[in-house]
Amino acid sequence: MLKVTGIQKGIVIDHIAKGNGIKIFEKLRLSQVDYPVVLLINVSSQKLGQKDIIKIQDNVDIDFTMLGLIDPKATVNIIEDEKIVSKQSLEIPREVTGLFQCKNPRCVTSVDDYAVPKFTRVENGKIQYRCNYCEELTEYKL
Amino acid sequence: MNSTVKHLVDPNDFTVEEINQVIDLGLKIHKNPASYARLCEGKILGTLFYEPSTRTRLSFESAMLRLGGKVLGFSDANTSAVKKGESLADTIRVLDDYCDALVMRHPMEGAPKLASEYATVPVINGGDGGHQHPTQTLTDLITIKHFKGHIGSLKIAICGDLLFGRTVHSLLKTLSRFENISFYLISPPELKIPKHLKDYLLDAYKVSITEFTDLEDCIEEADILYMTRIQKERFLNEEEYMRLKDSYILTRDKLSDAKPELMVMHPLPRVNEIHYDVDGDPRAKYFDQAAFGVYVRMALISILLEVADHA
Repeated sequence: MLKVTGIQKGIVIDHIAKGNGIKIFEKLRLSQVDYPVVLLINVSSQKLGQKDIIKIQDNVDIDFTMLGLIDPKATVNIIEDEKIVSKQSLEIPREVTGLFQCKNPRCVTSVDDYAVPKFTRVENGKIQYRCNYCEELTEYKL
Repeated sequence: MNSTVKHLVDPNDFTVEEINQVIDLGLKIHKNPASYARLCEGKILGTLFYEPSTRTRLSFESAMLRLGGKVLGFSDANTSAVKKGESLADTIRVLDDYCDALVMRHPMEGAPKLASEYATVPVINGGDGGHQHPTQTLTDLITIKHFKGHIGSLKIAICGDLLFGRTVHSLLKTLSRFENISFYLISPPELKIPKHLKDYLLDAYKVSITEFTDLEDCIEEADILYMTRIQKERFLNEEEYMRLKDSYILTRDKLSDAKPELMVMHPLPRVNEIHYDVDGDPRAKYFDQAAFGVYVRMALISILLEVADHA
C-alpha cells in the first residue's frame, strides 16, 4: 500500500469526494506554489469508499470559501508539530466574490475590470447564486 | 464609496414608504410647480447616457431645470472619454466631483450599481440593459395614484416583451410590495418574464401571477393594461424579432370588452402595439403618464439632494 507520511505543520484537506481532489488542486493553484503539496487520490475510506486528500506543508492560508463551494463535505485539519490543532468543517458559502463568472453576457461584470462578480446564494435547494449586479442566477459548476 | 448616500439603482433601494413620499411630493409639485422652481438652485445633475434615450433623459433634464438647477452630461458614449477606453469607475470618480447627483443609462446590466459603489453623490438608474428602470416605475405609480387615487388592490395586466422589458421588471418588483396586487402577464412564450424574477416575486412577496398568451383572455378583468414594445435592440436575431414584433396590437375594438375605468398605460416609445385609434379613448393614459414623469423626477431629485423640505 502507498504510504505518505504526516506533515509537521500545515493543512490536511480530508474527506474530499473522489474526483474533487484534482479540481481543488487546480482551483487553489497548488501547482504554482513553492511549498510542498501532496495530492492523494482514490484513497480507501470507511465513510466514502474512496476519497481524495490534499496535504499542504508550511502554509495555512488558503481560500476556505472556494473549498466550501467545491466540496462542502470535505474537512480541514490544521496541523502544528505533527498534531491536529483544529478541525474545520466547511459549508457552502452564502456570499461569493470573484470565484466564478455571472452567466449573463449582458452583466456589467462580464465587460468591466472593476466589476468583480459578487453573488449571494439563493435558498432553493440547488447551489445557485444571484448576481449582486444583474440578479441573474448562476448555478455553480466546476 | 460613501455608504450614507442614498441611491436609486434598484426599485428595492426605496421602501414602500419612501416610494409613497416621492409620489406624494410629485403630485404636490404637479398641482403647484411654481413653488418648487428654485429648490435646486446652485445644484448640478449629471446625465450619463451611454445608450440613446429621449423621454428619460429629457424628462430628467426638464425636471432639474424646472427645479432651478443645471444639467451637464452626454447622450452618446461615443462623444465621451468612454470612447477612449475609460472605465466606468474612472468616469464616475471624475464626474462625481462635477455634479451633485448622477443619472445614468447603460446597456450593461448592473452598471448603475457598479457606479454607485464609486460615487459619493446619489446615483439614479435611468435604465440598465434589460434589467431595471426604477424611475419609469415611479412615473407609472404616480400616474396610477393620480387617476385611481390609490396604488394597492388592483388587477394589473402587463402585455408584450416581458423578458427584456426593464420597465416591466421594475414595475413588477415594486408593485409586488403593495397590498393586494394581482398580475396578469401576457406575452409570447419566448418573451415571458425571466424565471429568476418570477421565482423571486413568488418567493419574496407571494404575489399572484397568472400568465397568458392571448390578451383577450384577461382584458375584461384588468384595472390597468400596461402595454410594452417588443424591444428590437435586445434581440440577437433579427428573424426572431420580425416573427414576434406584431404579437400584440391593441385596438379600440379590443377595448370594447374592457372595464370603463380601465387605464391603458405604456412607458413609450410605442411602435405599433397600441393603434392610433386608441389615443382618443378616455382610458388611454400613456401621454399623461409621460407628463407625470417630469413631476415625479422633480420629486426624486429634490429628495435625493435633501432639499425637498425647503419648498
